[in-house]
Amino acid sequence: MNRLEIDELIDDPGTRILVCCGSGGVGKTTTAAALGLRAAERGRNVVVLTIDPARRLAQSMGLTELDNTPRRVVDVDETKGGSLHAMMLDMKRTFDEIVEQHADPERAQQILDNPFYQSLSSSFAGTQEYMAMEKLGQLHATGEWDLIVVDTPPSRSALDFLDAPQRLGSFLDGRLIRILSAPAKVGGRGALKFLSAGMGLMTGALSKVVGTHLLTDIQTFVAALDTTFGGFRKRADATYKLLQARGTSFLVVAAPEKDALREAAYFVDRLGTERMPLAGLVLNRVHATRAGRLSAERSLAAAEALTEQAESAEEAGGEPDGSASRPADLRLVAGLLTLHAERLRVIDREERMRTRFTSIHPEVWVAEVPALPGDVHDLDGLRVIGESLGTG
Amino acid sequence: MPTTRDDRRAERPGRTRWTDAVNTSTTGARTTDGNADWEGVRLHVVSGKGGTGKTTVAAALALALASGGRRTLLVEVEGRQGIAQLFDCPHLPYEDRKIAVAPGGGEVYALAIDPEEALLEYLDMFYHLGRAGKGLKKLGAIDFATTIAPGLRDVLLTGKACESARRRTHGRFAYDAVVMDAPPTGRIARFLNVNTEVAGLAKFGPIHTQAEAVMGVIRSPQTAVHLVTLLEEMPVQETVDGVTELRQSGLPAGGVVINMARPPLQAEDESDTGQRLTPELLEAGLVAGGIKPTRPLISSLLAEADEHASRIELESTGRALVRGLDLPVYELPLLADGMDLGGLYRLAEALREQGMA
Ligand SMILES: Nc1ncnc2c1ncn2[C@@H]1O[C@H](COP(=O)(O)OP(=O)(O)O)[C@@H](O)[C@H]1O
Ligand SMILES: Nc1ncnc2c1ncn2[C@@H]1O[C@H](COP(=O)(O)OP(=O)(O)O)[C@@H](O)[C@H]1O
Ligand SMILES: [Mg+2]
Ligand SMILES: [Mg+2]
Repeated sequence: MNRLEIDELIDDPGTRILVCCGSGGVGKTTTAAALGLRAAERGRNVVVLTIDPARRLAQSMGLTELDNTPRRVVDVDETKGGSLHAMMLDMKRTFDEIVEQHADPERAQQILDNPFYQSLSSSFAGTQEYMAMEKLGQLHATGEWDLIVVDTPPSRSALDFLDAPQRLGSFLDGRLIRILSAPAKVGGRGALKFLSAGMGLMTGALSKVVGTHLLTDIQTFVAALDTTFGGFRKRADATYKLLQARGTSFLVVAAPEKDALREAAYFVDRLGTERMPLAGLVLNRVHATRAGRLSAERSLAAAEALTEQAESAEEAGGEPDGSASRPADLRLVAGLLTLHAERLRVIDREERMRTRFTSIHPEVWVAEVPALPGDVHDLDGLRVIGESLGTG
Repeated sequence: MPTTRDDRRAERPGRTRWTDAVNTSTTGARTTDGNADWEGVRLHVVSGKGGTGKTTVAAALALALASGGRRTLLVEVEGRQGIAQLFDCPHLPYEDRKIAVAPGGGEVYALAIDPEEALLEYLDMFYHLGRAGKGLKKLGAIDFATTIAPGLRDVLLTGKACESARRRTHGRFAYDAVVMDAPPTGRIARFLNVNTEVAGLAKFGPIHTQAEAVMGVIRSPQTAVHLVTLLEEMPVQETVDGVTELRQSGLPAGGVVINMARPPLQAEDESDTGQRLTPELLEAGLVAGGIKPTRPLISSLLAEADEHASRIELESTGRALVRGLDLPVYELPLLADGMDLGGLYRLAEALREQGMA
């Protein structure tokens, strides 16, 4: 297994954007925040774009105000000249801002009030991913930070982050939405002529299904959008390019479990196809033991023996003499030994999962982060994670 | 005599041929044994934060509800083919398929609802589209319609699930219960509350009527929305918020399933393991168990005990919050060897023992 040297990566001034991807719940947000903090305390000027931090983690980073702009995080060690800013993505607001930036006030208002726009900007599957990229583009454009660490939305699949923006872009820019938004043109134009026969039926059926209002709303929305700024797809494409640019690296985060690693493998393959640079895999929440020499089998056998001793002591009823242990204590140690055996089984399974991944993807560099006994909800917790990312 | 493939299959309860087709005409709903917590519920909606085990728990519940000769349908709505993965069978089509046999002779069927197919089904039902339907599909119009109006998509998905729950053959219900592997907590109220969404988007038409009928089922005591959680900060918080949201939207909150829970090292009244387990005590215990008590071994095991104790403490904080919700709570253990079919049956059994089915 190749060890991923996180410190080399975050210390390298050439590293400008780090994107943390992975399936839901594996630790993307935690990893992004921990990396940001570590990089800042090692001297870089960092902004972390988080999507869905746990409440207490958000509070500890000062992310209490949702104003969609980066805030300086206090209690960060800035002695090496670095700093940490953090923000939490507000997707609706980001979308609104795009509209406000590109349209004159009157037209912008028209779009913002449009029911279709409202539904799209707050609930379209993929809007969050799209807006995360959009925000990344904006942060990058300011040139204020020398490292941007990006968390990704909590989609089930890591691939959604790459796919959703384009889906939304091509959806808004798509042939169908154009036909629907300008039905008058369709009848006469060459390339689209063949469609006209089915058109009546189709728009008819669609409007019956989704309601005429919605179709009208879409038409006005697209018309308003079209005249104010260039195609959505173009915009999505531009941000997508940023992900292929020099200085951008992806970190795939996974737990040492079958599903998470399968997702990670898909993602690694996909990055390859897209020619997007993979920095490596962060294997998060890995279990470990320092008592590995006491095997599961011996541990369980001893636990069984202790339980038997406890039982016979209880049957005998009498108080144990000075040297012998109380039955409750024997049971307690038996419990601990069972727990140890269980832990070894978990470690064993995780080890198998990791080996399977690394033998299919021997080229991928891996950093391991241990499973902490508690949640990670403050800067100290993030430092612990950062430390194990850095030093392994 | 050498065992044949089929013999081996017969030895493993629950492995059925996924190819067995539905045959609703020979069996119908059977009488229930009357002592489970959710008698009378026909539609079980299983939600929870992503990754907490919605698919796993939904499947275990479908198995548990099917045991003793009943028949259940496990429904997937997010197009992830999670059920097929879990049951280790090929890609599920948009059609009921038998996927498992429950203990005591019950049957679990599965259905992966595809919104496009469901929309075509509805269009065909109402407009007799015939071949034009295929044309719509080619144009991407279906994808378009189900995408622009998330409410529409949800109407179709919940509609199909409700239809399965109400379907009758020969005067009896086709399924004793339908279990839905639903979207996550953050979206569940909205997902089930299609009515409001649809009222805004499709004010008239058959879809509107359909939505009303679906709400009739979903808001009734025939439905229960269960939430799966882990005993960790974020999932517990989401569960608490989710229950509030369900209640505010008038949706029937069901039970909370705590998944992947860890058993405490000792009885609850002595839960201060970390403090009580001294090096001396451990040393004596190891000796009594025949293990050489080296210094590093003792300190490492004590560290493991400490870690476990703080996990347990964290979990009991979470558990208290969950209990405070005033809903039935069920608890499923963390399977140390990971999930497989055998594990799924054990989880189903645990749900039965606790009265969820
Ligand atoms: N190494 C770790 N040890 C213990 N808990 C962790 C670890 N990494 C993450 N967590 C916890 O797991 C939960 C999910 O992590 P999060 O970073 O929000 O995941 P994601 O962003 O991938 O959904 C959080 O409560 C977090 O504190
Ligand atoms: N009780 C359990 N013990 C061990 N692993 C579990 C348990 N429940 C679920 N899992 C595993 O956790 C992961 C997430 O479960 P899944 O049911 O797919 O969650 P969801 O549908 O909520 O995303 C899967 O890998 C599953 O096998
Ligand atoms: Mg996250
Ligand atoms: Mg699932």
